[in-house]
Amino acid sequence: MLKFYTNRCKGCGICAYFCPRGVLEITELNKSAIKAGKENDCISCGQCEMRCPDYAIFVKKEGA
Amino acid sequence: MKSMEELVDFYFRPNRLPHLWCPGCGNGVVLGALLKAIDAENLAKDDVAIISGIGCSSRASGYVDFNTANTLHGRALPISTGLKMARPELNVITLSGDGDCSAIGGNHLIHAARRNIGLTLVVFNNSIYGMTGGQYSPLTPMGKKATTAPYLTIEPSFDILALAQAAGATFTARATTYHVPILVDVLRKGIRHEGFSIIEVVTGCPTNYGRQNQIGAPAKMMEWQKDHGVMKAAWDKMDEAAREGKFPIGVLSERKDLKEYTKAYDEVIVRAQASVKEETA
Amino acid sequence: MSRVLLLQGNQAVVEGAIAAGVRFYGGYPITPSTEIAEGMAKRLPQVGGKFMQTEDELAGIGTVVGASLGGVKAMTATSGPGFSLKQETIGMACSAEIPCVIVDVQRVGPATGQPTSPSQGDVMQTRWGTHGDHWLIVVSPSSVPECFDLTRRAVELSEKYRYPVILLMDEIVGHMRERIELPDSYEGLSVPRRKQPDTPPEKYLAYADTDGSMVPAMADFGSGYRWHMTGLVHDETGFPKGTPAATKNSQDRLHLKLRDHEDDIVQVENYRTDDADVVVIAYGGAARTAYDAVDMARDEGIRAGLLRPVTIWPFADRQIQAVAKKAKCLLVHELNCGQYVREVGRAVRGLVPVDLYAKYDNEPATPEQLLEKIRESAEKIKGAK
Repeated sequence: MLKFYTNRCKGCGICAYFCPRGVLEITELNKSAIKAGKENDCISCGQCEMRCPDYAIFVKKEGA
Repeated sequence: MKSMEELVDFYFRPNRLPHLWCPGCGNGVVLGALLKAIDAENLAKDDVAIISGIGCSSRASGYVDFNTANTLHGRALPISTGLKMARPELNVITLSGDGDCSAIGGNHLIHAARRNIGLTLVVFNNSIYGMTGGQYSPLTPMGKKATTAPYLTIEPSFDILALAQAAGATFTARATTYHVPILVDVLRKGIRHEGFSIIEVVTGCPTNYGRQNQIGAPAKMMEWQKDHGVMKAAWDKMDEAAREGKFPIGVLSERKDLKEYTKAYDEVIVRAQASVKEETA
Repeated sequence: MSRVLLLQGNQAVVEGAIAAGVRFYGGYPITPSTEIAEGMAKRLPQVGGKFMQTEDELAGIGTVVGASLGGVKAMTATSGPGFSLKQETIGMACSAEIPCVIVDVQRVGPATGQPTSPSQGDVMQTRWGTHGDHWLIVVSPSSVPECFDLTRRAVELSEKYRYPVILLMDEIVGHMRERIELPDSYEGLSVPRRKQPDTPPEKYLAYADTDGSMVPAMADFGSGYRWHMTGLVHDETGFPKGTPAATKNSQDRLHLKLRDHEDDIVQVENYRTDDADVVVIAYGGAARTAYDAVDMARDEGIRAGLLRPVTIWPFADRQIQAVAKKAKCLLVHELNCGQYVREVGRAVRGLVPVDLYAKYDNEPATPEQLLEKIRESAEKIKGAK
């Protein structure tokens, strides 16, 4: 499960680029978000969280 | 162990986010890795001082909840040195940029290394002066564009770790903002190292370096780091031709034969006080 | 118990610093201040303090600021060229309100000038040397015993007002040897440390004026009070704030915390000024000539006196105005082309003529030379009547 801090996101696109499942995109509002239809594709690999320079996206373990 | 979200909540001062760095700037990754390293080393906030110079990266000190100072361009190391002398028990971590540390503060770098004073110096190397809008630094590679090198740079760049080693640094390491686990690992080792340690972090400045040199999106700069950073063990086995354009990452050198400076000074105090006793005897 | 010694001014500075509780020195050797570094290198570790010979002048003042952040009374010493190099960091110490003492033993300048010859060419640099707009405290000794006393006072003022203080010396005072009586033990001579916070750490604001003194409490790095120091304009939290109101507030406090304590900070010495017609104004090494010249003038029947600013900055406006109201003429004597005289002129606002005896040829004036100028000034006021 992904948790977004939208106010921190600057839309740099690093998360979307490195996401191995193509789950993320940068919206018209210049914010990171889950692509339509990709809601269940996240494998919680943590690439986005590790690479985000703005602490704007975190991976929450299911049930946590 | 804290999650990244918990780390940010715990170590950032209230209301400091979003930070002022540009979209895609690697500085946030370096600072995040530093927090991971500090947390993993179980250092109490009160026992850590973060002293920075001037430049984009040096703004990092104001964001985090330690004893912090955002000082003068080039002078982070002398101020860190004085603090370490006054309070040797503090973990003094000095944050500096490539221009701050190798140009205007270059003299302090070689002498801090020579003394082997127990500071952990983190050099955010984005190959450019970002804060002032993209002028070349001593770490800008040759043949690159900068606002002060519109016809390409003609100056060879420093290898700042080779420079520090030659000056006597007892711990040198390099990582990139792509290689986050390695970055955290070398930061931890640098903090643990008793003498002077320098960690160069190759980081991207999409706004002022990437754009002028047509590297493309921020992620492309990270991709470049991935393709050009080579682990030390692999690097050691490569021939000159294979090394062309690449750079080694990981711990590059470590020595334990030299006494840390404040410890060496404790011996000066012992000798001085013995001389007084002799005089008065 | 005490001991009588024959010491250089520079050596007396070292003893004054040790007595005051200075426990860190960082600096770079430069004539004519080097004996201070040498003395501190020997004396500091004897009392458990630390000395560093830094790679350059910039690192000298840098380490001093760092040590002060750690809660240690810290000092550096230099001369003109090095004083110029230290200016940026002195400015930061003003902005961030970091107590420290900077000794400038003046020599002839500009540039390398005459390193072993006396001059008072830095007197305006002590006031306006750093960029930006702020007040500073500068004190200047005229004798070897006073080097001891004023070094202690410089440390005391810097700690009390949480501000850099400059001890302005010149080659005469730095290098001359004089009798000085020092106590065997410095116990009880250490000056009070900077004000400590009386709030719990989570309530502490590093730049808040909590008691109306305009001097914020300063916690040591590592003491459990975590705060942020910056050279950027900041508000009472210590974090950068660049609004017009925040900028004005911070500038105001830096000015007012000295201006409103001038009674405590500003000291002058009056010598035979009570009934004086001609009052010599001289400081530091130049004032030494003036005591003799005043006595010689008195012997000739000229009612002369000396006002010696001990505190050079903030300027002794009121004290000089008081003398100007009674005297017929002021005669400023300084070892430069005429710097402090402009301030004197500004302060007396035409109440009395302000003459200048400027000497800037590598040598101090003799009492006879200054006496001749006193005679000229006395003659002029006679002619004016």
